[in-house]
Amino acid sequence: MKNHVWRPLFVVIAIAIGILLFRAFYVPSDFGSQEQGYTFGYHRLSNEQEWKDYPEKYKGNDYCNECHDDKIEELESAHHSTIPCENCHGAAFDHPDDPEKLTIDRSRELCIRCHAKLTMPSSDRNDIPGIDPAKHNQGEECSECHNPHNPSLEDM
Amino acid sequence: MKRRDFLKNTAVFVAGASVSVSALDFITPKELFAANPQLKWGFLVDTHKCVGCGFCVKACKTENDIPYEANVTRTWVERYVIKKDGDVVMDCPKGARDGYTTKLLDQNHSGMLLVPEDEIAQAFFVPKLCNHCTTPACVQVCPVGATYQTADGVVLVDRSWCIGCGYCIMGCPYGVRFFHPVEHVADKCTFCYHRISKGGDTACAQACPFDARQIGNLKDPNDPVAQTVLNQRVGVLRDEYGTKPNVYYIGLNKEVR
Repeated sequence: MKNHVWRPLFVVIAIAIGILLFRAFYVPSDFGSQEQGYTFGYHRLSNEQEWKDYPEKYKGNDYCNECHDDKIEELESAHHSTIPCENCHGAAFDHPDDPEKLTIDRSRELCIRCHAKLTMPSSDRNDIPGIDPAKHNQGEECSECHNPHNPSLEDM
Repeated sequence: MKRRDFLKNTAVFVAGASVSVSALDFITPKELFAANPQLKWGFLVDTHKCVGCGFCVKACKTENDIPYEANVTRTWVERYVIKKDGDVVMDCPKGARDGYTTKLLDQNHSGMLLVPEDEIAQAFFVPKLCNHCTTPACVQVCPVGATYQTADGVVLVDRSWCIGCGYCIMGCPYGVRFFHPVEHVADKCTFCYHRISKGGDTACAQACPFDARQIGNLKDPNDPVAQTVLNQRVGVLRDEYGTKPNVYYIGLNKEVR
């Protein structure tokens, strides 16, 4: 074949080799079709471990129990014992190192998440004692009258 | 050309071509990575138990560093009010991050709507999250292999690989994906992969005071979630899309979209 055919062909081959070389360096070695196949599993395998190493913020009641076992035992039979500690006391993060103290949410807004009276006939929400936040001691914090752990006034 | 030469040349060419094809193979041989064929994560939502407190949404946002004030969330809770005349009113202010604290339904630009008590036939909450579909549409449309399904059935996004094109956000029939305002990549529920792979609960399930949310192994016949899915009447969202969701609902009805 003549020179004018070969020359552009060499250019194309050089570009192809260039792309493959770039790809060989740029694409991580663990990238490819993993167990789920090409359609659903084409990815960089080490990313799974990266997600597994994501830091936890909420540590759970068992973590609280490691130090505050006296408090947890005391509150075992309390009305609100089904609510995880961290819902009101805040996520533990690395408490007691960082933060040293957790910020407790004592706001009215927190309580009315469950205790604002709504008409929800097909939900358990209807069975929770509820108030109208606009009428029930407006502007005051719930914890001024109610014990947050055991809020029924009859039990106090 | 003689027939012998032709056959010889063909054999050489085919052999040569097959070598070069395997040399160009983009798929690298891989080690099996913590492969456990006995594990497939599934999720169970009991809509009767959900009271719309939104603690799950708050916990998810904190746990997964989703900007708290930004109007994006990996999980949310919808409120449905079905009137006696058949009308369906639905709202989900801020994804229910602050819970449902008023009878008024947020209808966006049409303002707040109060459905009189005597007109309500049914009213309930439906928590939503990524369905971690068995055949996820979002994964199929990713042009770069940034989103994928793990061997245990969880759909994840590789943040270092995502180019932010948004195909997956549009491809998801459930609208669970969004553009992360800080990371600038597509983001979605991971089933708290960092927690469940250490034997823990998802942040949302842990925060739920009423066990309305549960995560479990669908391949373990003794797992409470698997047992419920097997033995009870459960539903999935948008079955007609053929995505085979792995989030099952108790108490779902046709009004839920």
